[in-house]
Amino acid sequence: MSQPILSVENVTMRFGGVTAIDHLSFAVQKGEIYGLIGPNGAGKTTIFNNITGNYIPTEGRIVFDGKEITGTKPNKVVDLGIARTFQNIRLFKSMSVLENVLIGYHNRMHYTYFEAIFRLPRYWGYEKRIKARAMELLEEFGIADLADTEATALSYGNQRKVEIARAVATDPKLLLLDEPAAGMNPSETEDLSIIIHKIKKDFDLTILLIEHDMKFVNNMCDRLTVLDYGENIFVGTPADAIVDEKVITAYLGEFKHA
Amino acid sequence: MQKLITNILLLILSVYLIYWAHSHLDNYTLSILNNIGIFAILALSYNLINGVTGQFSLEPNGFVAIGAYTAALFLIPSETKMDMFALVDPAPVVMQMHAGFLPALLIAGVTASVIALLLSFPVFRVRGDYLAIVTLGFGFIIRIFAMNKPAYTNGAMGLNDIPGNANFLWIGLIAVITFVTMLHIISSRFGRAMKAVRDDEDAAIAMGVNTFWIKTVAFMTSAFFEGVGGGLLASFLTTISPDQFTFLLTFQLLIIIVLGGLGSMSGTLLATILVMGGMEWLRFLDDDMEIFGYHTGAHPGMRMVVFAILLVIMMLFARKGLFGDKEISDTVRKRIGRRQQTAGGDA
Amino acid sequence: MDFTTFLQQMINGFSLGSMYALIAIGYTMVYGVLRLINFAHGDIMMVGAFLVYLAHAAGLSFPAAVLVGVLGAILVGVLTDKVAYKPLREAPKISLLITAIGISFFLENLFNVLFGGVPRAFPAPDYLTQVIHIGKLYLPTTALVIPVVTLLILAGVLWVLYRTKYGMAIRALAFDIPTVKLMGINADGIISLVFALGSALAAVGGIFYAISYPSIDPLMGIIVGLKAFAAAVLGGIGSVTGAVLGGFILGFTEILVVAAFPDLGGYKDAFAFFFLILVLLFRPTGIMGEDLERGRF
Ligand SMILES: Nc1ncnc2c1ncn2[C@@H]1O[C@H](COP(=O)(O)OP(=O)(O)OP(=O)(O)O)[C@@H](O)[C@H]1O
Ligand SMILES: [Mg+2]
Repeated sequence: MSQPILSVENVTMRFGGVTAIDHLSFAVQKGEIYGLIGPNGAGKTTIFNNITGNYIPTEGRIVFDGKEITGTKPNKVVDLGIARTFQNIRLFKSMSVLENVLIGYHNRMHYTYFEAIFRLPRYWGYEKRIKARAMELLEEFGIADLADTEATALSYGNQRKVEIARAVATDPKLLLLDEPAAGMNPSETEDLSIIIHKIKKDFDLTILLIEHDMKFVNNMCDRLTVLDYGENIFVGTPADAIVDEKVITAYLGEFKHA
Repeated sequence: MQKLITNILLLILSVYLIYWAHSHLDNYTLSILNNIGIFAILALSYNLINGVTGQFSLEPNGFVAIGAYTAALFLIPSETKMDMFALVDPAPVVMQMHAGFLPALLIAGVTASVIALLLSFPVFRVRGDYLAIVTLGFGFIIRIFAMNKPAYTNGAMGLNDIPGNANFLWIGLIAVITFVTMLHIISSRFGRAMKAVRDDEDAAIAMGVNTFWIKTVAFMTSAFFEGVGGGLLASFLTTISPDQFTFLLTFQLLIIIVLGGLGSMSGTLLATILVMGGMEWLRFLDDDMEIFGYHTGAHPGMRMVVFAILLVIMMLFARKGLFGDKEISDTVRKRIGRRQQTAGGDA
Repeated sequence: MDFTTFLQQMINGFSLGSMYALIAIGYTMVYGVLRLINFAHGDIMMVGAFLVYLAHAAGLSFPAAVLVGVLGAILVGVLTDKVAYKPLREAPKISLLITAIGISFFLENLFNVLFGGVPRAFPAPDYLTQVIHIGKLYLPTTALVIPVVTLLILAGVLWVLYRTKYGMAIRALAFDIPTVKLMGINADGIISLVFALGSALAAVGGIFYAISYPSIDPLMGIIVGLKAFAAAVLGGIGSVTGAVLGGFILGFTEILVVAAFPDLGGYKDAFAFFFLILVLLFRPTGIMGEDLERGRF
């Protein structure tokens, strides 16, 4: 196998006395959809935050595209080509759908502050080109007609699409999706999985996604890691995961708690 | 295209109106307009950091003071300086500071904005609302320096005989420039990033926005126009002293931007007129009043009590002010749009 | 500087530090539970001192007047929270901050209108202003009373915070309000308690300040409030022991720097500001603080 696009090497993350991630390692290959599943509180979101630089791991390294990125500032991580969505959707609430997506293009508009204030040609050029691109992107998600609507006025499913579109706008190589299908009804989920496959192809993405819904994981992911109490208890295909004893126990444990 | 033409026509119209006012109105009316113009410049720029970027700041009095003193020192001729500095001789640099009116205003703006840059490092690199307290403290520090460095500021006596170049033509034009600049910033990637910082800073960072720089740029821009406004104020009043730049100035501006709507520039313009007018109208509160035959006695400061209560009430019950974070034109357009829709629905 | 002067200055520093510490505690506790810089806190201190003055002028004995001042400050502090801050718990942060500055400006101007801006002599009783001689030292009684009373109060506050269930709840609240709600603690009651405690300490600090200087005016809370806030940040915002430490460090530095460089006397009110800037630049979590602002995802 070729060099992985992302490798998490022996990462541990502690919050005070809580060990959220415990010597976790896994590697994601370029072009695959990799799943991260596990019961509540297993540390899935935490490892995302380690990758994006929101939390600096207590131990271990994270390597992206052959370069170590452990502890890199979150906005720099985006520049390197990793974009994310949040578990609880976080759109810019005073802005329209289009403006939300335009924030994603912030670093691709190369006009200066003075060019903006004096409305010089480069300002017009970038604004026009990038707005057209943003509209195409919204088209891809099937929400172009909602471009001028206030983002938080949309349905839950559409808000999720805006959030993913906004992340894709930053032109990432790796896209991190934190429970993208949570709270959606079956037809919305179906719709979303088609879109994710499409953007993966169109934008040449690698995708790492967290999900609870086993059915969704089954038809999305090439491979997955199962986390329990911050530890990697299984790596393999979804089909193997559902018959793995350790995985079943971990999930049964969850059901028992619930 | 149609919008562009409307905008250009509006611009020409406002410049013509300023010119007309300048050449036709009497001095008393003009001095009121000058006051409103200067406050508009200050309030518009104050709204950029507070309203658009959502970073609570209390800087205006400090930066206006810096702009006023800087511009004044550049504008006052050497001989006047020698006569004026009563406590100690002016510092040698002070004697070398000379500039024309516009350059002096520019220098005033740049000085304020460099200081804003310096304050940005301690304040914006950390989370938390330290900007407010640091800028509040800064307003006091500036006064302390103004009092303790008489070789630069002539101490408590302040500076006078500042050449009065600032007429309504300048003040009005600069107010228009400030307004247009703010609108241009808001509808650019920088303004969008500022709003993103206000709405959700972590999400903005997750989009690759360097939020430290965005906040710093907004703060420096506010400071620049506050410095310029301070320079205009100095030239308009022709005398300045440390007592003019107390927190009261900042408080008035805060009332204005909250009333107009945090983030709304046209709202700010309207609110400037309302608040300045209201301040004049409420002047009677400070005076002796007769209520049922009793005299209340003069109460200087009563207006400020009323305005403080007003501010709190607005925050509790009408947080969005007049226009929220939208421009007046957007609000009007939406109304018209809705009406047409209903009309269409009826047909 | 000979040894006697040094000792004299240390004692002065201890007094000044005591005042800053008492006021800083209120800032740090409110910041801890609400993430709010309570701009009105310095003015609560002013209200406390003013009420003592007014009660005394109305004929009460000094100790009774002090009681009125402290209770009055508690009332104003708790009411401020109930009326102005509580409705904004879910509102954007900036609304809360603007409200706080509005309350601060309101109190300053209200007292200005009611009692005028001219400083008034504070009615400190003789037994507090007497000068006593110890060897070559000349000390006003207050220089001894203030630190002793402060230390007793601090011991009391720390006891409440670390040994009672209310204190436990306050500290829990400082880290995570939602969890505390889940645990069935009455968060609003605890927040009121924080305002009451902070306001009482501010009033005591204000009274000490008024005795030492010895005058009061409606704007006295601004500069002292700013300094106490700087002390709270220096100690680590959110940490009560940090606030106390920060208060003393600031008090000693201010006194010693002015003693060593009399030329800088005019700038003594500016030290706290530079302290604040330096702390934010090099150690934003202060001496004992934790990073309360880290985002949660
Ligand atoms: N900022 C933080 N401070 C303290 N503890 C934290 C923090 N973030 C996460 N944790 C703890 O780390 C553990 C893992 O949390 P995480 O959010 O990563 O779980 P998760 O797998 O994403 O769960 P869920 O399925 O509920 O989203 C939990 O025990 C959580 O309480
Ligand atoms: Mg999670």
